[in-house]
Amino acid sequence: SKTLVIAEHDGGKLLSGTLNTITAASKIGGEISVLVAGSKCNSIVESLCKVKGVKSVYTVDHPTLEHSLAETITPIIVQLQQKESLSHILSSASNFGKNFVPRVAGILDVSAISEITSVKDSETFTRPIYAGNAIATVKSSDKCKVGTVRTTAFEKAPVEGGSAQVVNCNDWAVPLVEKSLQETQVKWDSSEVKKSERPELTSARVVISGGRGMKSGENFKLLEELADTLGGAVGASRAAVDSGFVSNDLQVGQTGKIVAPELYIAVGISGAIQHLAGMKDSKVIVAINKDPEAPIFQVADVGYVSDLFKAVPELNEAIKKAK
Amino acid sequence: MSFKVLVPIKRVVDYAVKIRVKGDKSGVETNGVKMSMNPFDEIAVEEAIRLKEKGIATEVVAVSMGPKTCQETIRGSIAMGADKGIHVDGGTTDLQPLAVAKLLKKLVDKEKPNLVILGKQAIDDDSNQTGQMLAGLLNWPQATFASKVDIDKSSPNSVKVTREIDGGLETLSMKLPAIITCDLRLNEPRYAKLQNIMKSKKAELQVLTPQELGVDTNTNLKTISVEEPPKRTGGVKVDSIDAVITSLKKFALI
Repeated sequence: SKTLVIAEHDGGKLLSGTLNTITAASKIGGEISVLVAGSKCNSIVESLCKVKGVKSVYTVDHPTLEHSLAETITPIIVQLQQKESLSHILSSASNFGKNFVPRVAGILDVSAISEITSVKDSETFTRPIYAGNAIATVKSSDKCKVGTVRTTAFEKAPVEGGSAQVVNCNDWAVPLVEKSLQETQVKWDSSEVKKSERPELTSARVVISGGRGMKSGENFKLLEELADTLGGAVGASRAAVDSGFVSNDLQVGQTGKIVAPELYIAVGISGAIQHLAGMKDSKVIVAINKDPEAPIFQVADVGYVSDLFKAVPELNEAIKKAK
Repeated sequence: MSFKVLVPIKRVVDYAVKIRVKGDKSGVETNGVKMSMNPFDEIAVEEAIRLKEKGIATEVVAVSMGPKTCQETIRGSIAMGADKGIHVDGGTTDLQPLAVAKLLKKLVDKEKPNLVILGKQAIDDDSNQTGQMLAGLLNWPQATFASKVDIDKSSPNSVKVTREIDGGLETLSMKLPAIITCDLRLNEPRYAKLQNIMKSKKAELQVLTPQELGVDTNTNLKTISVEEPPKRTGGVKVDSIDAVITSLKKFALI
């Protein structure tokens, strides 16, 4: 089999979900190649060439690809599938991958497999349904299997030991991109992306999340301080995002980000099903909530019934001392 | 000038139901379970109705696919304010996203909407695929995970959409017709008024079959089994910060 992984990057650096996806690809067996589509992505290509198990890195490097659009990346992938007779196409199940992967599948006239959590064999995969309250095993007999990978279910492939060849595809790919832009008239206008010094939420070792109990965005400072002590990232429940305390990119849950850190601290979060769907695979869950009946305590390894405004600063000080 | 909005909606197990996996692992029990309109599709219906209230859209057509009970869900959208309903009667066949996208393409060819707006995912199979697949089949532009939709009344040939991306938000412009999939923060759907609910019961729905639309709904993806996830059990409740620290040390986290 021949698997193509679509690299996810922010223009400057490779996003780590790509490495988890490469591990998922390695479970399928056969050849692995990676597609990097973007503008000025030399350093991303270089690091991917070092990933063990990657045979080829296809690149399309052009100003029209500066912003990731489903309309521009899709025709490149479809053409690569035809040129290379790819048997599998995978990307991470982030908003990046979810945006174009089904579009590719539609054009190839194959089903798409969302949020793959394990690879049983080259045709059989498991994936969560009903917000993770059931696990489906599915088998595809499509000529090309197309899917997204839940990155928390796979380790990161190490960026060493590999020596992939670089294949520049600008010649045939750029005209396809330009044709699609012409046909769909899609234009990127602007973006509001928060830059943070803290680790990426989806790959952080520690995540501290706040819920409605935080009462205001201002109060998230308490969680940021604790996150900095532990070298972690800050997340939030849907209730906290909907109340406008923090921006949407912090949301952990069924419709937000899926995380599985070594330590998840849920602060002032009741534990709605849709939130649990986003964090219940964390190794250790600590919950701080003043309501002893909160459902979060049913999944927490350590539950502390307390007023968070007192408990969080105390915990921060105690951890600093214990370190 | 006419401006038609097509809104595909799915009937799913109500979000508040605690689902149960069938003993024979063939799926999730849906018999005798409360069913509702997929919450993300409700947001799509709301957005379409708002476009009409703003004087941009002139007709909102809701479509649902599946067994006859879907008609109830279509009537729910009519009670909210949709003008017309189409039911594609798929009987008891499980219609996967690829089949739904193909059926929708045929309906788009017939209805010629200026915009198709739908939920980003259904809360049963959590696929998050149909909108994107349809966009691919039609070679239309797409704006997934929308949190704001802007159409200028004086030039309703394009749309500006703010969408939720991994790092925050981005805004795209594209020509119409286009596909938009809705995220949670786009709007808050209204409740239908009782009098409109009563009226919607009498609304005449158009009923079509996949055969009439010329679509083979078989796909090459089979569900082998559906199982319960491993259970996570809560641990202990502690009553002091010292005890929290002791636990964190025990797990070697600090």
